[in-house]
Amino acid sequence: MSQAPEFITKKTVDGATLTLVGDWTLEQGRRLEVQADALLVAASGRTTIDMSRVRKMDTAGAWVIDRSRAGLSAAGTPSELTGASPAHKALMREACYRQVDLTPRADRPTLASLLSDVGESVVGAWRDVLSGVAFLGHLVIVLLRVASRPERWRWIAGVYHLEAFAIRSAPIIALINFLVGAIVAQQGIFQLSRFGASAFAVDLIGILVLRELGVLLTSIMIAGRSGSAITAEIGSMNMREEIDALRVMALDPLEVLVLPRVLALIVSLPLLTFLADMSAIFGGLCVAWVYGDISPQAFLTRLQDAIGVNTFAVGLIKAPVMGLVIGLIAVSEGFAVKGSAESLGRKVTASVVKSIFMVIVIDGIFAILFATVRY
Amino acid sequence: MSARDAAPEVAIQIRGLDVGFGDKLILNGLDLDILRGEVLGFVGPSGAGKSVLTRAILGLLPKRAGAISVGGRDLSKMPQSERAEVEARWGVLFQQGALFSNLTVKQNIQAPMREHLNISQRLRDELAMLKLCLVGLPPDAANKYPSELSGGMIKRAALARALALDPEVLFLDEPTSGLDPIGAGEFDDLISTLQATLDLTVFMVTHDLDSLYAICDRVAVLGQGKVIAVGPISELLHSQDPWIKAYFHGKRGAGREFQARPALAGAPSR
Repeated sequence: MSQAPEFITKKTVDGATLTLVGDWTLEQGRRLEVQADALLVAASGRTTIDMSRVRKMDTAGAWVIDRSRAGLSAAGTPSELTGASPAHKALMREACYRQVDLTPRADRPTLASLLSDVGESVVGAWRDVLSGVAFLGHLVIVLLRVASRPERWRWIAGVYHLEAFAIRSAPIIALINFLVGAIVAQQGIFQLSRFGASAFAVDLIGILVLRELGVLLTSIMIAGRSGSAITAEIGSMNMREEIDALRVMALDPLEVLVLPRVLALIVSLPLLTFLADMSAIFGGLCVAWVYGDISPQAFLTRLQDAIGVNTFAVGLIKAPVMGLVIGLIAVSEGFAVKGSAESLGRKVTASVVKSIFMVIVIDGIFAILFATVRY
Repeated sequence: MSARDAAPEVAIQIRGLDVGFGDKLILNGLDLDILRGEVLGFVGPSGAGKSVLTRAILGLLPKRAGAISVGGRDLSKMPQSERAEVEARWGVLFQQGALFSNLTVKQNIQAPMREHLNISQRLRDELAMLKLCLVGLPPDAANKYPSELSGGMIKRAALARALALDPEVLFLDEPTSGLDPIGAGEFDDLISTLQATLDLTVFMVTHDLDSLYAICDRVAVLGQGKVIAVGPISELLHSQDPWIKAYFHGKRGAGREFQARPALAGAPSR
């Protein structure tokens, strides 16, 4: 069992002998430091530190004892270490006290650094836009180069990603949109019934879901589900030099990794948006039937009057663009991952946040565009 | 204490250890004693289960049968708190270093101190710098992140972290892999010096014949899920087992002057 580190003070004619006893080991924790500091106080005149009764000692013990000895000589009362066993002597030699430089790496945050951080992130945001455009250009060039050579089309990779992005996310997207369609229907019927216009809830569901909600919810889900996966995948490949390995094999990572993923996303998004539209309308239909007493036949007739092909098309036209944007952001964040696990986490977060933000911005731009051309 | 003493103290005793994945048994009734104060080299063909044994001892892999005991007591039968106490006196150097990539080297070394000890920040800082110095890293490495270090520096930093709590037993998984011969030689010397001054018991999985010759007191050979031979390297050189013969007398082992490591001779009095 362990024994606390202590020392016995014995006055001599011209000073003191401090006999150390017990375990001077790291597991004693704070006691070790307290005892070592107490040595400084107990010393007087010619001090001898007797180590012959130390039971156990490790590097930490040797360090604090020697630190006290160094402290005594700095204070002008030199002391002497005696009686150490050969093993302890070797340890004292190895772990002797030395001045250490303890300057931390990062400097403290100041107002100036706060302002410069803000400026940096504004510049960074602009650079993100530029590099995104450059990345898109690069990707188009790769696409054109590959397009003329069908033997280089990566069908298997494309189909694999299509399965991962589209088929595997179909259930959750169908479910979420079913629920959102149902909620919109319930709220629509509830609010509109005060004006006796609950039948207009069908118009509300049809237009809102087909034009906006279907594609928005799908894009946000895919940004969170597949965009993050792409960033993590490419980021960890980047960390483990797998991307460099591709490059030295004279393979373009953009062609091998990026193109199949981005194309798969561009194909997946319209498919999923269609599924989302149908589920949301079905959700609305169910609630209208149960809660609003609108029969499915009446619902569908009303729906046909309320929407046209253009309503449906507006949502679907946006979908591939959303896929492209999610893919571009996810991939470029993946390439930006540096060596540490923390950086990977940060980039995956950035990928999802930026994708969702851009999806909403682009949806807004499309709204202006469609309003201008009255589509 | 030398491995060649009459009644050497056993640091870790392994009896009848079975470890497997699925229906495949990797270790099959393995017996091994790790003696206190020795450097035990552990060799065997790739895929024979050297890392599996290390991970099983460290409790990272579940065992199917057998006992791993420290001080005569089975680790798996100890209460959690006692087991944690035993494991706190073990230091591990993983093959790739396994430094936390989002912490600086200094924070990496301090991580176990911070979690297990109640000591002041000042002493933590000082001890971290001492460990850095012990493993031969320059002080300015303290504030670097692992991704900014070379392979050899990562190994040294990881060793410093393994030594953070002044362990009694040190597990090294291929400590010299990925180092150049000079760097590997220096690392061997470092382990040897630390082992003597800090009175460590070292369990070392390695493929480096130079390390085996230079610093190991005994070498254990793994084959068919068991330890097929264990002893000082001079004994293994005369073994008739085909794998051991090929290992030590093959193209890479031949022509090597055998020089036994000077005996530890009781105390670290070098």
